[in-house]
Amino acid sequence: MSRVRVDPIRCTAHGMCAELLPERIWLDDWGYPVVNGEPLPPELIEHARRAAAACPVFALRLEKGSRPAGREPRLGVTLRG
Amino acid sequence: MSGPGDTLPRLLQGLSPSQRMGLAAHTRLHGQLPAGGHGLIDELAAAGLGGCGGGAFPFAEKLRLAHAHRGRPVVVVNGSEGEPLSWKDKLLLGHLPHLVLDGATAAARAIGAREVVVAVESGTAANAVTAAIGERPEPGRGGVTVRVATVGSAYLTGQETALLSALSGRAALPTLTPPYPVERGLAGKPTLVSNAETFAHAGLIARHGARWFRALGTRESPGTRLITVTGAVAHAGVIEVAGGTETASLLSAAGGATEQIQGILYGGYGGVWAGPQALHWPLGESELRERGGTLGPGIVHVLGESGCIVSETARAARWLERENAGQCGPCVNGLDAIASSLEQLCDRGDRTGAFRHVERWCALVTGRGACSLPDGAARFVTSALHAFEPVFQDHALHGRCDGCQRRGGTRAPISRQLVRA
Repeated sequence: MSRVRVDPIRCTAHGMCAELLPERIWLDDWGYPVVNGEPLPPELIEHARRAAAACPVFALRLEKGSRPAGREPRLGVTLRG
Repeated sequence: MSGPGDTLPRLLQGLSPSQRMGLAAHTRLHGQLPAGGHGLIDELAAAGLGGCGGGAFPFAEKLRLAHAHRGRPVVVVNGSEGEPLSWKDKLLLGHLPHLVLDGATAAARAIGAREVVVAVESGTAANAVTAAIGERPEPGRGGVTVRVATVGSAYLTGQETALLSALSGRAALPTLTPPYPVERGLAGKPTLVSNAETFAHAGLIARHGARWFRALGTRESPGTRLITVTGAVAHAGVIEVAGGTETASLLSAAGGATEQIQGILYGGYGGVWAGPQALHWPLGESELRERGGTLGPGIVHVLGESGCIVSETARAARWLERENAGQCGPCVNGLDAIASSLEQLCDRGDRTGAFRHVERWCALVTGRGACSLPDGAARFVTSALHAFEPVFQDHALHGRCDGCQRRGGTRAPISRQLVRA
Protein backbone atom coordinates (compact mmCIF):
# COMPACT_ATOMS: atom_id res chain seq x y z
CA MET A 1 0.00 0.00 0.00
CA SER A 2 1.65 3.24 -1.10
CA ARG A 3 0.57 6.84 -0.81
CA VAL A 4 2.05 10.18 -1.72
CA ARG A 5 2.76 12.76 0.91
CA VAL A 6 4.20 16.24 0.73
CA ASP A 7 6.53 17.70 3.33
CA PRO A 8 5.04 21.21 3.62
CA ILE A 9 8.21 22.60 5.20
CA ARG A 10 10.41 21.57 2.27
CA CYS A 11 7.90 22.33 -0.46
CA THR A 12 8.53 25.60 -2.31
CA ALA A 13 5.77 25.30 -4.90
CA HIS A 14 7.65 24.21 -8.01
CA GLY A 15 4.49 22.41 -9.04
CA MET A 16 6.10 19.58 -11.03
CA CYS A 17 4.24 16.99 -8.98
CA ALA A 18 0.82 18.23 -10.06
CA GLU A 19 1.84 17.89 -13.69
CA LEU A 20 3.21 14.41 -13.25
CA LEU A 21 0.50 13.04 -10.98
CA PRO A 22 -2.71 15.00 -11.65
CA GLU A 23 -4.78 12.04 -10.47
CA ARG A 24 -3.60 12.70 -6.92
CA ILE A 25 -2.18 16.22 -6.79
CA TRP A 26 -3.56 19.63 -7.72
CA LEU A 27 -2.28 23.12 -6.97
CA ASP A 28 -3.91 25.60 -4.61
CA ASP A 29 -4.40 29.35 -5.18
CA TRP A 30 -0.71 29.94 -4.41
CA GLY A 31 0.75 27.08 -6.40
CA TYR A 32 1.27 24.68 -3.50
CA PRO A 33 0.26 21.05 -3.95
CA VAL A 34 -2.91 19.68 -2.38
CA VAL A 35 -2.36 15.97 -2.07
CA ASN A 36 -4.90 13.19 -1.96
CA GLY A 37 -3.31 10.69 0.41
CA GLU A 38 -5.55 7.73 -0.48
CA PRO A 39 -3.68 4.52 -1.29
CA LEU A 40 -2.38 4.52 -4.87
CA PRO A 41 -3.73 1.97 -7.34
CA PRO A 42 -0.94 -0.10 -8.96
CA GLU A 43 -1.17 1.76 -12.27
CA LEU A 44 -0.30 5.08 -10.58
CA ILE A 45 2.71 3.90 -8.60
CA GLU A 46 5.22 4.45 -11.38
CA HIS A 47 3.82 7.94 -12.03
CA ALA A 48 4.02 8.75 -8.32
CA ARG A 49 7.61 7.58 -8.22
CA ARG A 50 8.45 9.81 -11.16
CA ALA A 51 6.69 12.79 -9.53
CA ALA A 52 8.63 12.27 -6.30
CA ALA A 53 11.91 12.02 -8.20
CA ALA A 54 11.12 15.19 -10.14
CA CYS A 55 10.66 17.36 -7.06
CA PRO A 56 13.69 19.68 -6.95
CA VAL A 57 13.56 19.96 -3.15
CA PHE A 58 12.65 16.33 -2.37
CA ALA A 59 9.39 17.43 -0.73
CA LEU A 60 7.24 14.73 -2.29
CA ARG A 61 7.47 11.28 -0.80
CA LEU A 62 6.09 7.94 -1.70
CA GLU A 63 5.25 6.29 1.59
CA LYS A 64 4.56 2.67 2.23
CA GLY A 65 2.52 1.26 5.07
CA SER A 66 -0.88 1.56 6.60
CA ARG A 67 -0.36 4.94 8.24
CA PRO A 68 -2.53 7.41 6.31
CA ALA A 69 -0.57 10.19 4.68
CA GLY A 70 -1.18 13.80 5.46
CA ARG A 71 -3.12 14.27 8.62
CA GLU A 72 -2.14 11.49 10.97
CA PRO A 73 -3.72 11.33 14.38
CA ARG A 74 -1.57 13.80 16.20
CA LEU A 75 -0.20 13.60 19.67
CA GLY A 76 -1.30 16.87 21.09
CA VAL A 77 -3.53 17.87 18.24
CA THR A 78 -3.51 21.59 18.74
CA LEU A 79 -0.66 23.75 19.75
CA ARG A 80 0.08 22.60 23.23
CA GLY A 81 0.66 18.96 23.97
CA MET B 1 -8.15 5.66 48.36
CA SER B 2 -8.01 8.72 50.52
CA GLY B 3 -10.52 11.50 50.86
CA PRO B 4 -14.05 11.82 49.52
CA GLY B 5 -12.60 13.88 46.68
CA ASP B 6 -15.80 15.59 45.67
CA THR B 7 -14.88 19.08 46.75
CA LEU B 8 -13.59 21.96 44.67
CA PRO B 9 -11.06 23.35 44.30
CA ARG B 10 -8.52 20.58 43.94
CA LEU B 11 -5.53 22.08 42.17
CA LEU B 12 -6.20 25.60 43.34
CA GLN B 13 -6.71 24.60 46.98
CA GLY B 14 -4.73 26.88 49.28
CA LEU B 15 -3.87 29.24 46.44
CA SER B 16 -2.56 32.62 47.45
CA PRO B 17 -2.63 35.26 44.72
CA SER B 18 0.41 36.96 46.17
CA GLN B 19 2.82 34.14 46.87
CA ARG B 20 4.16 30.76 45.91
CA MET B 21 3.19 27.78 48.04
CA GLY B 22 6.35 26.31 49.58
CA LEU B 23 7.10 22.61 49.88
CA ALA B 24 6.14 22.36 53.57
CA ALA B 25 2.69 23.89 53.05
CA HIS B 26 2.20 21.86 49.88
CA THR B 27 2.99 18.59 51.69
CA ARG B 28 0.74 19.51 54.63
CA LEU B 29 -2.11 20.15 52.21
CA HIS B 30 -1.73 17.23 49.81
CA GLY B 31 0.39 14.68 51.71
CA GLN B 32 3.61 13.04 50.53
CA LEU B 33 3.94 11.93 46.95
CA PRO B 34 4.01 8.12 47.07
CA ALA B 35 7.16 6.43 45.74
CA GLY B 36 5.04 4.99 42.92
CA GLY B 37 6.28 3.50 39.70
CA HIS B 38 5.01 1.90 36.54
CA GLY B 39 1.57 1.22 38.11
CA LEU B 40 0.72 4.90 37.78
CA ILE B 41 0.06 4.38 34.06
CA ASP B 42 -2.91 2.09 34.72
CA GLU B 43 -4.22 4.47 37.35
CA LEU B 44 -4.02 7.39 34.91
CA ALA B 45 -5.81 5.29 32.30
CA ALA B 46 -8.57 4.42 34.76
CA ALA B 47 -8.82 8.09 35.75
CA GLY B 48 -9.32 9.03 32.09
CA LEU B 49 -7.01 12.01 32.33
CA GLY B 50 -6.59 13.77 29.00
CA GLY B 51 -3.96 16.36 28.10
CA CYS B 52 -4.98 19.84 29.23
CA GLY B 53 -2.94 21.76 26.67
CA GLY B 54 -5.46 21.54 23.86
CA GLY B 55 -4.92 18.14 22.27
CA ALA B 56 -6.82 16.18 24.95
CA PHE B 57 -4.72 13.13 24.05
CA PRO B 58 -5.12 10.39 26.69
CA PHE B 59 -2.22 10.98 29.07
CA ALA B 60 -1.73 7.33 30.04
CA GLU B 61 -1.44 6.42 26.36
CA LYS B 62 1.27 9.02 25.90
CA LEU B 63 3.19 7.51 28.82
CA ARG B 64 2.82 4.04 27.31
CA LEU B 65 4.11 5.22 23.95
CA ALA B 66 7.11 7.00 25.48
CA HIS B 67 7.84 3.93 27.57
CA ALA B 68 7.51 1.55 24.63
CA HIS B 69 10.22 3.15 22.50
CA ARG B 70 13.87 2.21 22.72
CA GLY B 71 16.05 4.32 24.95
CA ARG B 72 15.61 6.02 28.31
CA PRO B 73 12.79 8.55 27.99
CA VAL B 74 12.83 12.20 29.03
CA VAL B 75 9.93 14.16 30.50
CA VAL B 76 9.21 17.71 29.35
CA VAL B 77 6.71 19.89 31.17
CA ASN B 78 5.24 22.29 28.64
CA GLY B 79 4.81 25.51 30.60
CA SER B 80 5.10 27.73 27.56
CA GLU B 81 1.76 29.45 27.36
CA GLY B 82 1.85 31.60 24.25
CA GLU B 83 -1.93 31.53 23.87
CA PRO B 84 -2.97 35.11 24.69
CA LEU B 85 -6.20 34.08 26.40
CA SER B 86 -4.67 31.49 28.72
CA TRP B 87 -3.14 32.11 32.09
CA LYS B 88 -3.61 28.85 33.98
CA ASP B 89 -0.14 27.41 33.44
CA LYS B 90 1.54 30.62 34.59
CA LEU B 91 -0.73 30.49 37.61
CA LEU B 92 0.13 26.87 38.43
CA LEU B 93 3.85 27.21 37.84
CA GLY B 94 4.10 30.60 39.52
CA HIS B 95 2.02 29.83 42.60
CA LEU B 96 1.69 26.08 42.95
CA PRO B 97 4.83 24.70 41.29
CA HIS B 98 5.10 21.63 43.55
CA LEU B 99 1.85 20.24 42.14
CA VAL B 100 3.41 20.23 38.68
CA LEU B 101 6.79 18.97 39.87
CA ASP B 102 5.11 16.09 41.73
CA GLY B 103 3.23 15.00 38.64
CA ALA B 104 6.29 15.26 36.41
CA THR B 105 8.38 13.25 38.90
CA ALA B 106 5.68 10.59 39.23
CA ALA B 107 5.32 10.36 35.43
CA ALA B 108 9.11 10.11 35.06
CA ARG B 109 9.22 7.22 37.55
CA ALA B 110 6.36 5.50 35.77
CA ILE B 111 8.20 5.41 32.45
CA GLY B 112 11.74 5.00 33.79
CA ALA B 113 12.86 8.54 32.94
CA ARG B 114 15.54 10.20 35.07
CA GLU B 115 15.33 13.68 33.66
CA VAL B 116 12.54 16.23 33.80
CA VAL B 117 12.81 19.53 31.95
CA VAL B 118 10.34 22.25 32.89
CA ALA B 119 10.05 24.59 29.91
CA VAL B 120 8.73 27.97 30.90
CA GLU B 121 8.97 31.63 29.93
CA SER B 122 11.38 33.66 32.02
CA GLY B 123 9.78 35.69 34.79
CA THR B 124 7.63 34.86 37.80
CA ALA B 125 6.85 31.29 36.81
CA ALA B 126 10.48 30.42 36.02
CA ASN B 127 11.63 31.91 39.32
CA ALA B 128 8.96 30.05 41.27
CA VAL B 129 9.83 26.72 39.66
CA THR B 130 13.56 27.28 40.28
CA ALA B 131 12.88 28.08 43.93
CA ALA B 132 10.60 25.06 44.26
CA ILE B 133 13.22 22.71 42.80
CA GLY B 134 15.68 24.10 45.37
CA GLU B 135 13.30 23.12 48.21
CA ARG B 136 12.93 19.52 47.10
CA PRO B 137 15.30 16.82 48.28
CA GLU B 138 18.27 16.04 46.01
CA PRO B 139 17.55 13.02 43.86
CA GLY B 140 19.34 9.91 45.10
CA ARG B 141 21.08 7.40 42.87
CA GLY B 142 18.79 6.58 39.99
CA GLY B 143 16.42 9.34 41.07
CA VAL B 144 14.74 11.94 38.90
CA THR B 145 16.61 15.17 38.20
CA VAL B 146 14.47 18.22 37.51
CA ARG B 147 15.70 21.37 35.78
CA VAL B 148 14.18 24.56 34.39
CA ALA B 149 14.71 25.72 30.82
CA THR B 150 13.47 29.16 29.83
CA VAL B 151 11.92 29.50 26.41
CA GLY B 152 10.44 32.37 24.39
CA SER B 153 6.88 33.60 24.59
CA ALA B 154 5.79 33.16 20.97
CA TYR B 155 2.52 31.39 20.24
CA LEU B 156 4.23 28.51 18.45
CA THR B 157 6.75 27.86 21.22
CA GLY B 158 4.08 25.82 22.94
CA GLN B 159 3.65 23.53 19.92
CA GLU B 160 5.42 20.43 21.13
CA THR B 161 7.87 19.86 18.28
CA ALA B 162 8.68 23.60 18.26
CA LEU B 163 9.25 23.44 22.00
CA LEU B 164 11.65 20.54 21.60
CA SER B 165 13.50 22.48 18.88
CA ALA B 166 13.81 25.43 21.27
CA LEU B 167 15.05 23.18 24.07
CA SER B 168 17.65 21.78 21.67
CA GLY B 169 19.01 25.26 21.02
CA ARG B 170 17.37 25.68 17.62
CA ALA B 171 14.70 28.15 16.56
CA ALA B 172 11.31 27.37 18.13
CA LEU B 173 9.78 26.08 14.92
CA PRO B 174 7.62 22.98 14.41
CA THR B 175 9.06 19.95 12.68
CA LEU B 176 7.25 17.43 10.55
CA THR B 177 5.69 14.47 12.36
CA PRO B 178 6.23 11.54 12.45
CA PRO B 179 8.53 11.04 14.19
CA TYR B 180 6.50 12.13 17.19
CA PRO B 181 8.26 13.28 20.37
CA VAL B 182 7.32 9.99 22.09
CA GLU B 183 9.36 8.27 19.35
CA ARG B 184 12.25 10.68 18.92
CA GLY B 185 12.34 13.89 20.92
CA LEU B 186 14.92 15.66 23.04
CA ALA B 187 18.45 14.51 22.09
CA GLY B 188 16.78 11.79 20.01
CA LYS B 189 15.28 10.14 23.11
CA PRO B 190 11.62 9.18 23.50
CA THR B 191 10.11 12.26 25.08
CA LEU B 192 6.91 12.71 27.05
CA VAL B 193 5.79 16.31 26.47
CA SER B 194 2.67 17.43 28.21
CA ASN B 195 1.05 20.55 29.50
CA ALA B 196 1.80 21.78 33.04
CA GLU B 197 -1.79 21.29 34.22
CA THR B 198 -1.85 17.68 33.01
CA PHE B 199 1.11 16.91 35.26
CA ALA B 200 -0.55 18.70 38.18
CA HIS B 201 -3.59 16.40 37.91
CA ALA B 202 -1.30 13.38 37.58
CA GLY B 203 0.46 14.29 40.83
CA LEU B 204 -2.86 14.18 42.67
CA ILE B 205 -3.95 10.97 40.93
CA ALA B 206 -0.65 9.39 42.05
CA ARG B 207 -1.72 10.17 45.63
CA HIS B 208 -5.45 9.57 45.64
CA GLY B 209 -6.15 7.27 42.70
CA ALA B 210 -8.52 7.12 39.75
CA ARG B 211 -11.72 6.75 41.77
CA TRP B 212 -10.98 9.91 43.68
CA PHE B 213 -10.31 11.72 40.39
CA ARG B 214 -13.62 10.58 38.95
CA ALA B 215 -15.60 11.68 42.02
CA LEU B 216 -15.91 15.00 40.21
CA GLY B 217 -16.79 15.59 36.59
CA THR B 218 -18.69 13.51 34.05
CA ARG B 219 -18.02 10.10 32.58
CA GLU B 220 -16.63 11.69 29.41
CA SER B 221 -14.84 14.53 31.17
CA PRO B 222 -13.77 13.24 34.56
CA GLY B 223 -12.01 15.32 37.20
CA THR B 224 -11.57 19.06 37.09
CA ARG B 225 -10.18 21.59 34.63
CA LEU B 226 -8.67 25.01 35.00
CA ILE B 227 -10.47 27.50 32.79
CA THR B 228 -9.19 30.97 32.00
CA VAL B 229 -12.28 33.11 31.58
CA THR B 230 -11.95 36.59 30.06
CA GLY B 231 -13.92 39.25 28.21
CA ALA B 232 -17.25 40.68 29.30
CA VAL B 233 -17.33 39.18 32.80
CA ALA B 234 -17.06 40.97 36.12
CA HIS B 235 -13.97 39.07 37.30
CA ALA B 236 -11.78 37.61 34.62
CA GLY B 237 -9.61 34.88 36.03
CA VAL B 238 -8.61 31.26 36.28
CA ILE B 239 -11.40 29.12 37.69
CA GLU B 240 -11.31 25.41 38.47
CA VAL B 241 -14.48 23.60 37.45
CA ALA B 242 -15.64 20.01 37.49
CA GLY B 243 -15.64 18.49 34.00
CA GLY B 244 -19.01 18.98 32.29
CA THR B 245 -20.00 22.07 34.30
CA GLU B 246 -22.34 24.35 32.34
CA THR B 247 -20.78 27.45 30.83
CA ALA B 248 -23.38 29.58 32.63
CA SER B 249 -22.10 28.36 36.02
CA LEU B 250 -18.56 29.26 35.06
CA LEU B 251 -19.66 32.76 34.13
CA SER B 252 -21.52 33.09 37.44
CA ALA B 253 -18.33 32.11 39.24
CA ALA B 254 -16.60 34.88 37.30
CA GLY B 255 -19.09 37.38 38.68
CA GLY B 256 -21.50 37.14 35.77
CA ALA B 257 -21.54 38.80 32.37
CA THR B 258 -21.20 42.58 32.40
CA GLU B 259 -23.43 43.06 29.36
CA GLN B 260 -25.69 41.16 27.01
CA ILE B 261 -23.72 38.26 25.57
CA GLN B 262 -23.12 38.34 21.81
CA GLY B 263 -20.90 35.30 21.56
CA ILE B 264 -18.64 32.92 23.43
CA LEU B 265 -15.23 31.77 22.26
CA TYR B 266 -14.13 28.32 23.37
CA GLY B 267 -10.54 27.15 23.20
CA GLY B 268 -8.77 30.44 22.42
CA TYR B 269 -7.15 31.55 19.19
CA GLY B 270 -7.34 28.05 17.73
CA GLY B 271 -10.86 27.62 19.04
CA VAL B 272 -14.51 27.96 18.15
CA TRP B 273 -17.04 30.81 18.38
CA ALA B 274 -20.62 30.16 19.34
CA GLY B 275 -23.70 32.29 19.94
CA PRO B 276 -25.36 32.88 23.34
CA GLN B 277 -27.04 29.45 23.18
CA ALA B 278 -23.65 28.12 24.25
CA LEU B 279 -24.40 29.25 27.82
CA HIS B 280 -25.84 25.76 28.24
CA TRP B 281 -22.82 23.98 26.80
CA PRO B 282 -20.99 21.71 29.25
CA LEU B 283 -17.31 22.41 29.79
CA GLY B 284 -15.76 19.11 28.79
CA GLU B 285 -13.73 18.31 25.70
CA SER B 286 -15.93 15.45 24.46
CA GLU B 287 -19.15 17.28 25.27
CA LEU B 288 -17.93 20.38 23.44
CA ARG B 289 -16.64 18.45 20.42
CA GLU B 290 -20.11 16.93 20.01
CA ARG B 291 -21.38 20.48 19.62
CA GLY B 292 -18.61 21.56 17.28
CA GLY B 293 -16.65 23.27 20.05
CA THR B 294 -13.42 22.59 21.90
CA LEU B 295 -12.09 23.47 25.31
CA GLY B 296 -8.57 23.84 23.88
CA PRO B 297 -6.23 24.66 26.74
CA GLY B 298 -9.22 25.60 28.92
CA ILE B 299 -10.39 28.94 27.55
CA VAL B 300 -13.74 30.70 27.62
CA HIS B 301 -13.93 34.25 26.34
CA VAL B 302 -17.14 36.29 26.38
CA LEU B 303 -17.88 38.85 23.69
CA GLY B 304 -20.41 41.41 24.86
CA GLU B 305 -23.09 43.09 22.77
CA SER B 306 -20.93 46.22 22.38
CA GLY B 307 -18.04 44.38 20.75
CA CYS B 308 -17.69 43.51 17.07
CA ILE B 309 -17.14 39.93 16.02
CA VAL B 310 -15.90 41.01 12.58
CA SER B 311 -13.08 43.14 13.95
CA GLU B 312 -12.24 40.45 16.54
CA THR B 313 -11.99 37.86 13.79
CA ALA B 314 -9.93 40.08 11.48
CA ARG B 315 -7.55 40.94 14.29
CA ALA B 316 -7.13 37.35 15.48
CA ALA B 317 -6.54 36.17 11.90
CA ARG B 318 -3.82 38.76 11.43
CA TRP B 319 -2.28 37.93 14.79
CA LEU B 320 -2.13 34.23 13.93
CA GLU B 321 -0.71 35.08 10.50
CA ARG B 322 2.10 37.01 12.19
CA GLU B 323 2.73 34.16 14.63
CA ASN B 324 3.05 31.52 11.94
CA ALA B 325 6.45 29.90 11.53
CA GLY B 326 6.90 31.00 7.94
CA GLN B 327 7.71 27.43 6.99
CA CYS B 328 4.74 26.05 5.09
CA GLY B 329 3.42 27.76 1.95
CA PRO B 330 -0.29 27.07 2.41
CA CYS B 331 -0.21 28.59 5.92
CA VAL B 332 1.96 31.59 5.00
CA ASN B 333 -0.14 32.49 1.94
CA GLY B 334 -3.52 31.31 3.13
CA LEU B 335 -3.50 33.06 6.48
CA ASP B 336 -2.38 36.31 4.87
CA ALA B 337 -5.18 36.08 2.30
CA ILE B 338 -7.74 35.32 5.01
CA ALA B 339 -6.56 38.14 7.27
CA SER B 340 -6.37 40.69 4.42
CA SER B 341 -9.85 39.87 3.21
CA LEU B 342 -11.30 40.13 6.72
CA GLU B 343 -9.49 43.42 7.34
CA GLN B 344 -10.89 44.86 4.18
CA LEU B 345 -14.37 43.65 5.06
CA CYS B 346 -14.07 45.20 8.48
CA ASP B 347 -12.64 48.56 7.39
CA ARG B 348 -14.22 49.29 4.05
CA GLY B 349 -16.99 46.78 3.57
CA ASP B 350 -17.08 44.39 0.67
CA ARG B 351 -19.80 44.88 -1.91
CA THR B 352 -18.21 42.48 -4.37
CA GLY B 353 -18.46 39.62 -1.90
CA ALA B 354 -14.72 38.88 -2.08
CA PHE B 355 -14.80 37.71 1.51
CA ARG B 356 -16.76 34.69 0.32
CA HIS B 357 -13.32 33.27 -0.52
CA VAL B 358 -12.41 33.27 3.16
CA GLU B 359 -14.34 30.14 3.91
CA ARG B 360 -12.81 28.30 0.96
CA TRP B 361 -9.31 29.43 2.00
CA CYS B 362 -9.97 28.21 5.53
CA ALA B 363 -10.81 24.76 4.16
CA LEU B 364 -7.77 24.97 1.89
CA VAL B 365 -5.22 25.60 4.68
CA THR B 366 -6.64 23.00 7.05
CA GLY B 367 -4.35 20.01 7.48
CA ARG B 368 -1.68 21.44 5.19
CA GLY B 369 0.88 22.71 7.66
CA ALA B 370 3.54 20.80 9.56
CA CYS B 371 1.69 21.85 12.72
CA SER B 372 -1.95 22.63 13.36
CA LEU B 373 -1.71 26.42 13.54
CA PRO B 374 -3.52 26.86 10.20
CA ASP B 375 -6.19 24.39 11.32
CA GLY B 376 -6.80 26.40 14.48
CA ALA B 377 -6.91 29.71 12.61
CA ALA B 378 -9.35 28.23 10.11
CA ARG B 379 -11.54 26.89 12.93
CA PHE B 380 -11.63 30.28 14.64
CA VAL B 381 -12.55 32.16 11.45
CA THR B 382 -15.00 29.61 10.03
CA SER B 383 -16.89 29.29 13.29
CA ALA B 384 -17.22 33.08 13.54
CA LEU B 385 -18.51 33.28 9.95
CA HIS B 386 -21.11 30.62 10.69
CA ALA B 387 -22.26 31.79 14.11
CA PHE B 388 -22.50 35.48 13.16
CA GLU B 389 -23.32 35.45 9.46
CA PRO B 390 -25.73 38.42 9.59
CA VAL B 391 -23.08 40.58 11.26
CA PHE B 392 -20.56 39.74 8.55
CA GLN B 393 -23.18 40.49 5.88
CA ASP B 394 -23.91 43.81 7.52
CA HIS B 395 -20.21 44.70 7.48
CA ALA B 396 -19.99 43.76 3.83
CA LEU B 397 -22.64 46.38 3.06
CA HIS B 398 -21.72 49.11 5.51
CA GLY B 399 -18.08 48.71 6.57
CA ARG B 400 -17.02 49.80 10.02
CA CYS B 401 -19.51 49.72 12.88
CA ASP B 402 -19.50 51.31 16.32
CA GLY B 403 -18.29 48.07 17.87
CA CYS B 404 -15.21 48.01 15.63
CA GLN B 405 -13.89 51.12 17.35
CA ARG B 406 -14.00 49.59 20.77
CA ARG B 407 -10.74 48.12 21.83
CA GLY B 408 -12.02 45.64 24.37
CA GLY B 409 -12.64 42.05 23.57
CA THR B 410 -9.81 39.66 22.93
CA ARG B 411 -7.49 42.64 22.63
CA ALA B 412 -7.66 43.32 26.36
CA PRO B 413 -4.36 42.47 27.99
CA ILE B 414 -4.66 39.76 30.55
CA SER B 415 -4.09 41.27 33.93
CA ARG B 416 -1.91 39.72 36.54
CA GLN B 417 -4.82 39.64 38.93
CA LEU B 418 -6.27 36.77 36.99
CA VAL B 419 -6.45 34.55 39.99
CA ARG B 420 -9.66 33.14 41.34
CA ALA B 421 -10.23 29.83 42.96
